Amino acid sequence: MKAVYTWSAILAIVFASVVGDVLLARAMKQVGDVGALWRRAGLGMVVGRTMGNPNFLFGVTAMAVAFFSLLFALSWGDVSLVAPAAASLTFIGNAVAARIFLHEKVDRRRWIAASLVAAGVALLAG
Amino acid sequence: MNVRKYLVLAGVTVFAAAGDSMLSHGMKQTGSISVHHLRGVIFAVLNPWVAVGILLLLAFFAAYMTALSWADLTYVLPATSLGYVLLALVARFVLHEHVSPLRWLGIVLITGGVGFVAGGPSLTEHHAALPHAEHTEDGNEPLAVATAKAPLLAKDTRNGAPQVGVTGKL
Repeated sequence: MKAVYTWSAILAIVFASVVGDVLLARAMKQVGDVGALWRRAGLGMVVGRTMGNPNFLFGVTAMAVAFFSLLFALSWGDVSLVAPAAASLTFIGNAVAARIFLHEKVDRRRWIAASLVAAGVALLAG
Repeated sequence: MNVRKYLVLAGVTVFAAAGDSMLSHGMKQTGSISVHHLRGVIFAVLNPWVAVGILLLLAFFAAYMTALSWADLTYVLPATSLGYVLLALVARFVLHEHVSPLRWLGIVLITGGVGFVAGGPSLTEHHAALPHAEHTEDGNEPLAVATAKAPLLAKDTRNGAPQVGVTGKL
């Protein structure tokens, strides 16, 4: 039964993380190059523009859901299972979601990179 | 990609690894959290390891947001996955834990993945072509996207109009 709880929490982490990552990536592309904006208009502008972005706020909310799912998962299962499983599945989910929702060019090089990293992260559990 | 940008990516990597390990250490001291005792979450945050872990994760978040402002999500994520390698190396050489052959293989795979993505472009070109910084005062879609959609809509209605005319004649 504890395994069911743990895996439900892991899936919740993965889903919330992918939603959060995609929204945050979109938000920061709308804000623009943070370094350039800071030099031109100051840190206040960077913080204000980021905090005022709706995608950023929804993204942070999704990340908070992912964070508390992680706390629950860690209290039910071993960190050596939870962290690699959630991270590994999030890499694959993000590659798919970035291609669909962010229209990033996920070419063969990036698929190989995401798969290698996901496999490597999963192996670190062993 | 210049030195400053690589430093930001390094910051994402190190802050995430350090923050996660401190959280993990702190949560082991706090013990199990259950749905029926949500106050456990509040006590968890009061644990100093968890608190410092959260501060480090805030630093990670700032670096991560900075990286996402000039690089693709599918570039930043694999590029910063060296944190897992870092954790394993700390476990082996600082904490003198046993690292199994399968884990070493995992380290090799991640490093290979990072090498793959680092050799490619960091930003999809259509993102670079958008004048995003100048047209997002209200946080909405860049102006270029909105204007790109407008002609499409106009074209659709133009295509639709003759069809209505044809059916009208029939």
